Amino acid sequence: MNYFVDERGYYGEFGGAYIPEMLYPNVEELRRNYLHIINEPSFQEEFKQLLKDYVGRPSPLYLAKRLSKKYGANIFLKREDLNHTGAHKINNTIGQILLAEKLGKKRIIAETGAGQHGVATATVCALRGLECVVYMGEIDIKRQAPNVARMKMLGAKVMAATSGSKTLKDATNEAMRDWINNPVDTHYIIGSVVGPHPYPDMVAQFQSIISFETKKQLKEHTGNELPDYVLACVGGGSNAMGMFYHFIDDESVKLIAIEAAGKGVDSGFSAATTTLGREGVLHGSKSILMQTNDGQVVEPHSISAGLDYPGIGPQHAHLFKSGRGQYVAITDDEAMNAGLLLTQYEGIIPAIESAHALAQLEKMQLNPSDTVVVCLSGRGDKDMDTYMKYFDLQD
Amino acid sequence: MNRLQQLFQHKKKDLLSIYFTAGYPNLNDTLKIAQALEQNGADFLEIGFPYSDPVADGPVIQQSSKTALDNGMTLALLFEQLEDLRKQVTVPVLLMGYVNVVLQYGVENFCKKCLEVGVDGCIIPDLPMYEYEELYQPVFKKYGISNIFLVTPQTTEEHIRKIDELSNAFIYLVSSSSTTGNSLELSNQATQYFQHISALKLKNPQIIGFGISDKNTYDTANTYASGAIIGSAFVKNIDANHIEESVKNFMKKIR
Repeated sequence: MNYFVDERGYYGEFGGAYIPEMLYPNVEELRRNYLHIINEPSFQEEFKQLLKDYVGRPSPLYLAKRLSKKYGANIFLKREDLNHTGAHKINNTIGQILLAEKLGKKRIIAETGAGQHGVATATVCALRGLECVVYMGEIDIKRQAPNVARMKMLGAKVMAATSGSKTLKDATNEAMRDWINNPVDTHYIIGSVVGPHPYPDMVAQFQSIISFETKKQLKEHTGNELPDYVLACVGGGSNAMGMFYHFIDDESVKLIAIEAAGKGVDSGFSAATTTLGREGVLHGSKSILMQTNDGQVVEPHSISAGLDYPGIGPQHAHLFKSGRGQYVAITDDEAMNAGLLLTQYEGIIPAIESAHALAQLEKMQLNPSDTVVVCLSGRGDKDMDTYMKYFDLQD
Repeated sequence: MNRLQQLFQHKKKDLLSIYFTAGYPNLNDTLKIAQALEQNGADFLEIGFPYSDPVADGPVIQQSSKTALDNGMTLALLFEQLEDLRKQVTVPVLLMGYVNVVLQYGVENFCKKCLEVGVDGCIIPDLPMYEYEELYQPVFKKYGISNIFLVTPQTTEEHIRKIDELSNAFIYLVSSSSTTGNSLELSNQATQYFQHISALKLKNPQIIGFGISDKNTYDTANTYASGAIIGSAFVKNIDANHIEESVKNFMKKIR
């Protein structure tokens, strides 16, 4: 089976470009040019150089010995948390800013939930000297003051999305409206493997460096480039797609994607899209999304802002529906405890998003010979407020 | 031939269409507004079914959509409200909304219901042309529902020709690169774009929308096309407590 994008922009029945005519020329320009630009040797050279010297890649593949002992298997952590700006998001923004330059764009827009993608975008705009506007839900601006300050310090203009529920999905709507109103000079850096074709494929390709490195590093560690399991958390799904990418066609590798169950999948406060969602169209592609019978998008909940999204990328929908990937859900409580556990076993404070992936280890039947790779997509500095409140660490 | 196609056959100039959101300002105002618009000279109507994430719309229609959803409006309920449509309204009626709502209702169900209640066509801005052509055109044809496509200043000629081929009522000319509710700037660029479209000698008539807000912009649009569509400016002027009167006053200012 083909798990990658076809020439029409689809993954099985998912994907496509469900966009108003006003966006068609922008998206079409990107679709016609992205593969050609990305595959140019000069692009690849500059991209790899920046990933090495500026982001700090390759990120280590770390054998977590105490965690391995606890769970009775060989557990490796892919340390995306050690990247510049603290998460995997920068892999994509570096790629897209270089692409935007090749397309002759002068102005960059982006959406952000918790602010991680906004910071990664503002960072590359500062690096290349391009104007940057980041849309962020009014409610998220209040919740994520440090990241708002970082973006401003980096020279970005942070625009409050005041429509709808005033969170990530509305910030995405506002960014799309900005692009409609500025069709010629502006490039929209989408932060996940969502959006109209070619975004899901383009972002997946930029993030695929994660699994590309993992294969090589695993071979050095164990003599075998293929693990038994690969685990990653999924909001829109960009770190997971990067972590899965080069293992997708190795069918012996079990791909496990971890969604946010929030307060429980049946609680009414959840972001477990594959459990609660149905097929539909959101933000330009056909995928699986949480919605009412009437097709109105439902507001999700997760303690981690990065997973607080009512859809998943179309390639994830395809991996889910075809059975190639296993999609599970982890509650707020399970994730918080897994975050604390990693901190105390390995001295690493993970982002709460990544802690969802770690929490899945608790639920697996592992054998001593099993090799497991968990994508540690980001560091927990941004989440200290949440950790402090949850574990009552104030004093 | 549906009512919309008949209208375009006998009236070639000065067509006025008004957009409003179903279920706004009050849940049951839909038919009342439609009737008042016909009585005050609208040539055809666009009734919006609300969606939670209307990316092509500016603040006014975002707000009317949100209010309508809060009021409990759904596509299924709109079809119920429209059961008596043809007892009260004779002008052509289009439904306008986003593709996800139609997909959840079912495309065939949607077209069938449109035919049953007397809706003549629809505008679904985020339904791509190739999807329509491959998957949905046969269904629309089966029920005689006209699908209306949008053209913008950035649309290529090749794309416009294709849209002209797939259309069977009119082509919706988006006046500038913008979301709904911005005011039309009568720049040289806009004039050139309208003239460029006229010069293409398309088989379908064109109606200009987005940014048409008053008599001035309506008249200008009419010099370049068969008519114009007013949306946000009308929605903004609806007085929840005096529906008929506010519709009448608005229409008097345009014509």
